[in-house]
Amino acid sequence: MLISLLISVGIISAVAVFLSLLMVIADATIGNYGNVRINVNNGTKELTVPGGQPLLRALTDEGIFIPSACGGRGSCGLCKVKVVEGGGQILPTELPWLSDEEKKENIRLSCQFKVKNDLSIQIPEELFLVKQYNTVVESIRDLTHDIKEVRLKLLDPPEIETKAGQFIQFQVPAYELTDEPVYRAYSMASVPSDNSHIELEIRLVPNGVCTTYVHKYLKEGDKVLVNGPYGEFYLRDTDHDIICIAGGSGMAPIKSILLDMQEKESKRKATYFFGARSAKDLFLVNEMKEIETSLEGFTFVPALSEPEEVDKWTGDVGLITDIVAQHVKDGSNSEAYLCGSPGMIDACVRVLTECGVPEERIYFDKF
Amino acid sequence: MNSAVYPIAVFFAAVFTNNILLTNYLGMCSFLSVSREIKTSVGLGIAVTFVMATTTILNWLAYTFILQPFQLEYLRFIVFIIIIAAFVQLVEMIIERVSEGLYAALGIFLPLITVNCAILGVSLFMVIRDYNLITSFFYGLGSGLGWFLAIMAMAGIRQKLARAKVPPGLEGAGITLIIAGMMALAFMGFSGMINIT
Repeated sequence: MLISLLISVGIISAVAVFLSLLMVIADATIGNYGNVRINVNNGTKELTVPGGQPLLRALTDEGIFIPSACGGRGSCGLCKVKVVEGGGQILPTELPWLSDEEKKENIRLSCQFKVKNDLSIQIPEELFLVKQYNTVVESIRDLTHDIKEVRLKLLDPPEIETKAGQFIQFQVPAYELTDEPVYRAYSMASVPSDNSHIELEIRLVPNGVCTTYVHKYLKEGDKVLVNGPYGEFYLRDTDHDIICIAGGSGMAPIKSILLDMQEKESKRKATYFFGARSAKDLFLVNEMKEIETSLEGFTFVPALSEPEEVDKWTGDVGLITDIVAQHVKDGSNSEAYLCGSPGMIDACVRVLTECGVPEERIYFDKF
Repeated sequence: MNSAVYPIAVFFAAVFTNNILLTNYLGMCSFLSVSREIKTSVGLGIAVTFVMATTTILNWLAYTFILQPFQLEYLRFIVFIIIIAAFVQLVEMIIERVSEGLYAALGIFLPLITVNCAILGVSLFMVIRDYNLITSFFYGLGSGLGWFLAIMAMAGIRQKLARAKVPPGLEGAGITLIIAGMMALAFMGFSGMINIT
């Protein structure tokens, strides 16, 4: 009995050891591509990485983060990178994610494409600054009945370098509504100088994967993984007058921009139109009034579209587009920053161009 | 049956009358997920055929010369699985090294089929039915081709299906399973033509 047991254990171990040895030898001979060089953006960065691994992992190990939502399984199609030289044939696992133009331009899915020889690749400059951050929830508070402010403290790395108005991606772990971790983008409401914290304003969307998670499950002390910063929505350094328009949680990037201006004691003339339905959807009004007193050229114009009796509202009433049209007489010397729903933004862009704001100076974040 | 003809009979039986996918319903997950386009299903079909034909030989040798002499037949599940996994991994590495074109067409599918239950199923049936080495090889080859045939047919149907109006509740996996069921019924028409046990 004991002997037959030993024999069976011995045989199975022998088979396993033999096969593992075979794999180890194969790994060191057939699978060994040596070190390869990756030339990023025409020599901006030269990397030397071990060959044979996916490009996405090679870049991540070198601290360059390509946005990816699925974690390298080829199921999100986000991690596209332009491979200028050394690319070779596009793999069938990449095909579903690439358009015909992208194929012509040698765009590849970096999680599927393996590094086997020297390469030169092209990535957007700002990705050099993108990193993944381990954070912990420091506080959560209700701004309105359906908007929560989430304040994250950065743990590792401990600091983030951002421009006011940019966004990060928030990782939602697998839970009730999702089988795999997913990423959702949120604008940062915090001022860039407070580089050890990130503040987000998250409005509850019925059945939204991330918003439901944040509103129902997230609590203080929870660990959260974010990556960033991303985005072209930030305050341009010019002398133009500033028009900001936001609705709902679109407050976040505008708040960041205003706090940044306050810190830098900006002398620029700025007007912030904030649209809400009724008083219960308004928030951070006192903070904005406070900025108004310390920031010389700044005016805060909250407007309600459907004020209720109990609100006793004395401010502007009407759709945000009408309010903007009333206040902005000549927009030719202005630039505009809009954040809100696509419908609101399209309507506001129309109104602003009618008021004379040049279209190329209208910046927006649609969500 | 005549011993020279028997392997050939088993081969045809494995392709048509005893199609591993449509009569045993094995290997369904890659069959469902990679049957959207004829081109990719051809790659997967060839990969499955190759792996089935070669792993039946390897597993037959391991079974006959290692497991049987020590009366360790009950270990066949685990031994077969690790042999298949190691072999597939090795082949993938070799293909990746030698030919970029072959890797793009075929190699990329290999990791997908390491855990394909049809591959293990073929090795287990071969043992249950007591095939010899030659018959096992033909059985593996035939099963692979049968699987290939089934996924090709399915991909052809699904390419047409893309332009069809499918009730919302049945889109995707639902309609695909119904089609697979109908195909299985059609293949039942072959049953009884050749008898293998």
